[in-house]
Amino acid sequence: MNNIRSAFENGKAFIAFITCGDPDLGTTAAAVRAAVENGADLIELGIPFSDPTAEGPIIQGANLRALTGGVTTDKIFSLVKELRQDVTTPFVFMTYANVIFSYGAERFLSACRDIGINGLILPDLPFEEKEEFLSVCHAYNIDLISLIAPTSENRIAMIAKEAEGFLYIVSSLGVTGMRSEIKTDLASIVEVVRQNTDIPCAIGFGISTPEQAQKMAKISDGAIVGSAIIKLLEKYGKDAPKYIGEYVKSMKDALRTTV
Amino acid sequence: MTNPNGRFGSHGGQYIPETLMNAVIELEEAYNRYKNDPAFNRELSELFNEYAGRPSRLYFAEKMTRSLGGAKIYLKREDLNHTGSHKINNVLGQALLAKKIGKTRLIAETGAGQHGVATATAAALLDMECVVFMGEEDTIRQALNVYRMRLLGAEVVSVKSGTATLKDAVSEAMREWTSRIADTHYCLGSVMGPHPFPTIVRDFQSIISKEIREQILAKEGKLPDAVIACVGGGSNAIGSFYHFIEDKNVKLIGCEAAGRGIDTFETAATINTGRAGIFHGMKSYFCQDEFGQIAPVYSISAGLDYPGIGPEHAYLHDTGRAEYVPVTDDEAVCAFEYLSKTEGIIPAIESAHAIAHAMKIAPKMNQNQIIVITISGRGDKDCAAIARYRGEDIHE
Repeated sequence: MNNIRSAFENGKAFIAFITCGDPDLGTTAAAVRAAVENGADLIELGIPFSDPTAEGPIIQGANLRALTGGVTTDKIFSLVKELRQDVTTPFVFMTYANVIFSYGAERFLSACRDIGINGLILPDLPFEEKEEFLSVCHAYNIDLISLIAPTSENRIAMIAKEAEGFLYIVSSLGVTGMRSEIKTDLASIVEVVRQNTDIPCAIGFGISTPEQAQKMAKISDGAIVGSAIIKLLEKYGKDAPKYIGEYVKSMKDALRTTV
Repeated sequence: MTNPNGRFGSHGGQYIPETLMNAVIELEEAYNRYKNDPAFNRELSELFNEYAGRPSRLYFAEKMTRSLGGAKIYLKREDLNHTGSHKINNVLGQALLAKKIGKTRLIAETGAGQHGVATATAAALLDMECVVFMGEEDTIRQALNVYRMRLLGAEVVSVKSGTATLKDAVSEAMREWTSRIADTHYCLGSVMGPHPFPTIVRDFQSIISKEIREQILAKEGKLPDAVIACVGGGSNAIGSFYHFIEDKNVKLIGCEAAGRGIDTFETAATINTGRAGIFHGMKSYFCQDEFGQIAPVYSISAGLDYPGIGPEHAYLHDTGRAEYVPVTDDEAVCAFEYLSKTEGIIPAIESAHAIAHAMKIAPKMNQNQIIVITISGRGDKDCAAIARYRGEDIHE
């Protein structure tokens, strides 16, 4: 099993987000393998939540489909365990604080270590509230990934200094979803990040095309894509893994030529 | 009562996306700057008194007292406020604060529509833009309030995600706030959400208990034995309780919406059926399943139909200072009809939950004991729905 740092050692990283259990866990497993085989450097596995307040309509839909299909945290742990038989690419869980708090942070994170999860992203856990989860993450050798937003301003340095794994830079205001244009001055955000940490940073929210990925990766260490992949799952259902593979390949190919 | 990081015991906090952190920090700083500012408070008092019609009456319900045959019953008439509920207290405070810090647009969630109407009203008065998020289900249950908001110049967004009720309206308002912060203030309607909202909303609503205290001392020369209010998020309840928290002999009772009963899944009684969790920016008690998925709750009352409770209530429950009791749809509807017939006061179905509990405990109390019930809003908005509940097919 590789650590998160290794995801950034094959040129600019391509990070794929997949909601577990959309439409079922078999499809999730196939989608993860398709993404990995076609060059994804890190996989964000979404544990669905009933009320995903940081998500736009596309990922909200995936959460709903997955929960309606009966997926649970325990079933997702089994899925990861099975994937880890042959997949060594770093995995991070992305979910909401209550999923972990309710399960019991200790119990949740010890399971993460046992099944081979490398990190955790909680969009509703800002810097000020991270301590109660951070100590448990450290006990089980799981990186707690921090996010930086276009509104972070005077907070960037503080967050970057304590960041671990990689830094998730949110490209735009608002929720997740595909955008035709990203207007935030991300280069100056990354500049402040670089002054305060040497951990890699990747940009997410709104990226869907190879051109956008190149543009984002040029100023950072990688691009994170969620909604565009979920859109394929929404459209093709169980047949989506094939299309996800093709899509990931086109994105990673674009990033390979990015310096 | 509040620790610097917005904690009430283990509850509260700021569990929100990084995108919103600077906005809540700015709000907290602004609130700390203005809350003791004489000019701000003068302006707010003027709005409370001249515009909203404060102080609200503390009415001795003589017929109700006689009919129940026990404790003396007073009704705190928040239903007589402009816009028909206690919601205006908080909204005037927040809107004025937002205006002071240069915001030109208010967004809000609403369940029954009372908070939405109050926000639309304040926006009209203070020349601000207003967008209200309301669950699609609630826009049907409370069609009249949707029209009132539009009449007042607000845009009403019908929220179709999730269960299409209050919790989804809150989620959607939060999403909207993350996409537009610079000119927009999220005028949260209850003592919930991330710090500093539970504190700000409580402070603006605490006018209720401040007045009750003065009024009851003037009328009776002593404090009440119990203060009863309905609890969804809990803003009218915390407002009614706040100035009595230190008076340990005053029982504080919050009435939760039990829906069809706390032994069914069709309930919204958070303290009685929920457990600790993190949602909508706060740590508190929530109705949820074993994996932390927020439960689809139910109550006849759109205003109490919420799976959580404000963090200060969670703390008052933990410490035993306040008691939280479940009241079913049926009990609330009976109380709605009872108060209408007995006192000629049609209460909001939310407030009827508090009346129902008073009807249970008053007969067991002595005639020299006093109960204050907060009538948080008026019931005009509920008439059609209650008629339908009773099998009469009327529509607005």
